[in-house]
Amino acid sequence: MDFGSINPVVLIATLMVAATPILLAAIGELVVEKAGVLNLGVEGMMIVGAVSGFAASVTTGSPYLGMLAAIVAGALVALIFAVLTQILMANQVASGLALTLFGLGFSALLGQSYVGIVPPRTEKLNFGFLSDLPVVGRILFGHDILVYVSLAVVAGTWWWLNNTRGGRVLRAVGENHDSAHALGYKVKRVRILAILFGGGCAGLGGAYLSLVRVPQWTEGMTAGAGWIALALVVFASWRPWRVLLGAYLFGGIMVLQLNLQAAGFRIPVEYLAMSPYLITILVLVVMSSNRARTSLSAPGSLGRSFHAAG
Amino acid sequence: MLRLEKRPSPSKAWNFATPIVAVLLTMIAGGILFAILGKNPFEAIKLIFWDPLFSEQFAAYSRPQLLVKAGPLILIAVGLSIGFRAGIWNIGAEGQYIIGALCAAAVALGFYPGEGWYIFPLMIVAGAAGGWAWAMIPAILKTRFNTNEILVSLLLVYVAEKLLAAAATGFMRNPQGAGFPGSRNIHQYAPASNQELIVGTGLHWGVVAAFVAVIFAYILLQRHILGFHVQLAGQAPRAARFAGVAPTRLVLMCMGLSGAFAGMAGMFEVSGPARLISIDFNAGYGFTAIIVAFLGRLHPVGIVLAGLLLALTYIGGELAQFMLNLPAAAIQVFQGMLLFFLLALDVLSNYRILLALPGRNPEAA
Repeated sequence: MDFGSINPVVLIATLMVAATPILLAAIGELVVEKAGVLNLGVEGMMIVGAVSGFAASVTTGSPYLGMLAAIVAGALVALIFAVLTQILMANQVASGLALTLFGLGFSALLGQSYVGIVPPRTEKLNFGFLSDLPVVGRILFGHDILVYVSLAVVAGTWWWLNNTRGGRVLRAVGENHDSAHALGYKVKRVRILAILFGGGCAGLGGAYLSLVRVPQWTEGMTAGAGWIALALVVFASWRPWRVLLGAYLFGGIMVLQLNLQAAGFRIPVEYLAMSPYLITILVLVVMSSNRARTSLSAPGSLGRSFHAAG
Repeated sequence: MLRLEKRPSPSKAWNFATPIVAVLLTMIAGGILFAILGKNPFEAIKLIFWDPLFSEQFAAYSRPQLLVKAGPLILIAVGLSIGFRAGIWNIGAEGQYIIGALCAAAVALGFYPGEGWYIFPLMIVAGAAGGWAWAMIPAILKTRFNTNEILVSLLLVYVAEKLLAAAATGFMRNPQGAGFPGSRNIHQYAPASNQELIVGTGLHWGVVAAFVAVIFAYILLQRHILGFHVQLAGQAPRAARFAGVAPTRLVLMCMGLSGAFAGMAGMFEVSGPARLISIDFNAGYGFTAIIVAFLGRLHPVGIVLAGLLLALTYIGGELAQFMLNLPAAAIQVFQGMLLFFLLALDVLSNYRILLALPGRNPEAA
């Protein structure tokens, strides 16, 4: 095997691409959980986004229309979850699982006629001479628009949660829904909007997988990315910037693992392919082991359904 | 405006009725889905729910399949339901099922081509132990490090799938298989074979194990103090702690039991219907069993009925695939919708729906 074939600049540039789907899904889920809702359907929303984005961009010929369609599709399936958990008061864990099971089947059904098709190319943005700079050019100015969009979403979410009235209301709803209700905030409306935002983000993340990262449609192609995104939110202690850090770390592991496979590392491919999941578990263990800290950073009303008495 | 009012305790009548209503609604929604796909909805529904059991043309083949498919679903779902009742979410049964099958296959292949009555029982033990051990990972991480068991058990499914691929293409590959992936045919190796017990019924040892598990779960939940603790922990966690229920022990027990059942299901499958370890050995029973557990209201008897029904959707789905060219994924969507309707209708057992007229009910405003 040959470590020399792994170029660090290319590695960093590709890890940003590899991390973008889970980054988008995780930042969406972070907002949902900040509002006090645990949506385990990320995997389902991602894969529905992946297939609808793919189908829409193949039909229209534009990857950007496809991404738009993916956002809408992700939000639409999230709406099912919102209706179940917020209006019909169903159990959040079970509803999230249902969303994932349904999404996997539904996407396979939609995607039947799209297997083996190549989607329209998503062009990299052109920054002129900046893109030609050594090292920096490849890492900072050598990407397609969604990489920058995902970074903007993280920055925007951070700013919005901390500096706006809406963000504070959302956090209040997530920390203590009874108090938020008593203060006159519309707990359910806030939560439904947060769930829709999370669905849109997950859908977009899924579309990035099928349109840019792979780019192809195959059944079950998200392969646990949605679950890794859920774990990332815990890893990040519900903080936007740490989601970014975590996503890029995982992106790095995934890319490195693929590079090792390609470099003919002597371990069988299957064991290398396990590593992202095992490392996710390991990280979860490390982050959760300090009980006091976890309970401080997790939103107080996380996973509890709210029913205004009276 | 409609308004929900929480019932002091869940309605018993609706508790029985909701699964039936959910199935009917799913049939209607499924019919619409089939119509959109350009198939005759009535024909499709009949093909899925009626023909496998009663048509002269298909029943001879399909009827035995009912038990073959329902066996693993019921066995896994019974194990899961005990944890779900206590609020312990093992959603990685699919992984435990795979590991159980791998461990059992390892025993069988280890003894090959030896003879001995003890090989089959040993495989059952190995399958159960494998599933148990795989479930102990999230359980111990939960009790020791407070790690979320939902995420860990699910992530381990992907790890198990990679292990399965490594086994089928590598360390368990049939040395006489001309390099093709897949292990030796365990079903054809007599001392390890899980045979049909009564010819033409589909009844194999896995089905027997499923019914034993159902009886075991029924006694545990209805008659044993542990079953009471499980219910208490699920419905009133604080009260459970005051009553002296040790959460750690409960997590270990529930996860371990569901893992062992799932592992056993994997064992009966690999030595019976699946015949060998292959890359696509796992057929999603571990996930469908979650739907079975909920549809059966987490009750052992309900799970038997729900398991039979979902087995029917598998068989009928295959039939519809064959006869109407209905896509395989349509059945998955169908099963997903069933869970949606079930969860949605739960509101009827837990809440009263009141018509709140403006002005007459000041509280509602």
